[in-house]
Amino acid sequence: MKACGHVFKYGDNVDTDVIIPARHLATTDAKGLAQHCMEDIDPDFVNKVQPGDIIVARKNFGCGSSREHAPMAIKASGVSCVIAETFARIFYRNAINIGLPIIECREASEDIEAGDEIEIDFDSGIIYNKTKDTSYKGQAFPPFMQELIGAGGLINYMNQQK
Amino acid sequence: MGMTMSQKILAHAAGLESVAAGDLIMANLDMVLANDITGPVSIHEMDKFTKKGVFDKNKIALVPDHFSPNKDIKSAQNCKCMREFAYDNDITHFYEVGQMGIEHALLPEQGVVTAGDTVIGADSHTCTYGAIGAFSTGVGSTDAAVGMAYGKAWFKVPSALKFVLTGKPAPWISGKDIILHIIGMIGVDGALYKSMEFTGDGIQYLSMDDRFTIANMAIEAGGKNGIFPVDNKAVAYIESHMSPEKKAQYEKTGKKPYTIYEADEDAIYDETYVIDLSTLKSTVAFPHLPENTRTIDQVGDIKIDQVVIGSCTNGRLEDLEIAAKILEGRKVAKGLRVIVIPATQQIYMDAMEAGYLKTFIEAGAIVSTPTCGPCLGGYMGILAENERCVSTTNRNFVGRMGHVTSEIYLASPAVAAASAVTGKISGPAELGL
Repeated sequence: MKACGHVFKYGDNVDTDVIIPARHLATTDAKGLAQHCMEDIDPDFVNKVQPGDIIVARKNFGCGSSREHAPMAIKASGVSCVIAETFARIFYRNAINIGLPIIECREASEDIEAGDEIEIDFDSGIIYNKTKDTSYKGQAFPPFMQELIGAGGLINYMNQQK
Repeated sequence: MGMTMSQKILAHAAGLESVAAGDLIMANLDMVLANDITGPVSIHEMDKFTKKGVFDKNKIALVPDHFSPNKDIKSAQNCKCMREFAYDNDITHFYEVGQMGIEHALLPEQGVVTAGDTVIGADSHTCTYGAIGAFSTGVGSTDAAVGMAYGKAWFKVPSALKFVLTGKPAPWISGKDIILHIIGMIGVDGALYKSMEFTGDGIQYLSMDDRFTIANMAIEAGGKNGIFPVDNKAVAYIESHMSPEKKAQYEKTGKKPYTIYEADEDAIYDETYVIDLSTLKSTVAFPHLPENTRTIDQVGDIKIDQVVIGSCTNGRLEDLEIAAKILEGRKVAKGLRVIVIPATQQIYMDAMEAGYLKTFIEAGAIVSTPTCGPCLGGYMGILAENERCVSTTNRNFVGRMGHVTSEIYLASPAVAAASAVTGKISGPAELGL
């Protein structure tokens, strides 16, 4: 599986309140949430984002509230992958559980800039920066999580268990 | 190899002799929690399971507290969704308006979580129950849906940080100052993926309400859970707060409905921090991260527009008692809005009987029914452009309580109450206390 798109770049500690502010949380519909994705940190995001685009941030992406509305909003806005140096643990679980691809990679998080065109090969974990002609190697998931991702998320995984 | 307290509880929950940091386990759950924001998402997800129904109607807690009493039509629909699910599945611990309180104050108070339990909640502050010796952690709606259907959750067994608390805190120094000090020291990702285990002779000076506050904000350091040893004070709390079914089980079998786990002597910790509580000062977290802490003598002259005293962090009886002591016979500064929110109906009633509510109202504050309300910018105290709030809540992120240019300063109930009188960020010392 591959993803390809342009990069939206953010810094440290992007919290779930700025990914999707609580004033929109009475909505449970993913497309409705996507209309407000990142609005408190980047009001232009929803107008500019194209299917396949990639979010790259620094450390502790998705900290704060456990709201699954955050990865739901990102996924429904068309983003194909989030790359960060580290993810907050609840966001990390939620992303895997709902099938939003994420990759931890410090080099990519440091080097990639806003607007760069990126290609990701999920099988090899290689992130290729077309703009800079540079490659980075993302951290591989443990086998159990690969199974979860392969099943298409936690619900399918549980449905497959005997 | 020795295990931490959290690892021991997880090993038991997974039916294993022992576990080590990094192991991936499937744990059996003693309680699964969801609220009116996360619950409806879980309930919709449950439709996708081939297995129908819930794993145990006594081991699910549903608490409409965030946008409840219903703030608008969408919130009303979400609460209705939860209510119908609770009735359809005969959920024992569904708390309607009138019984409900802020979930993390409510569940320990009602005795539905206890020492030795493994608990997940679709709310990041689920880590609160570590104060009574439970392994409890926040998850998202899909994890909670799986929890409600199967009674299970997958975990990567966490490594741990050890915090040795020594000495006795000075007057007016509370759990909030201790946890803000720690977050300021290690940062908002200082405990990422890890347990925060608190120990040391200083714990004897901490009330249960202090411990709830400290465990509650483990997530603000990125922690998976925060946990305290179960001492006599914790046992007294647990035994005086038992759910009806736990009490019945206890009377029938004579077996205590809780289990006390202790860390092994040779447990491995990634880091150990020793904190002398007697040296701590009132601490305030400046916008826009809980790690931006300053002691009260370094805050400068910051005028404020609003004070909030409440939330799952600091809406308990002792928090209200501290605020009432400071506001007794004093007035709220002119032009300031002060909002006091007791966290549960029981706390509300106890505060009423103790005379605290009268004190607040006479001082010029308002008192609200239990709700998370303003903490997450829901309602009951939203901030306008450039407004500043001193709040006893847990997060001061951009836009958390309202407009993106508004500012939240996190502080203890003592600092919040003193600031309510002066109209700027102040400690009790400024009032001669």
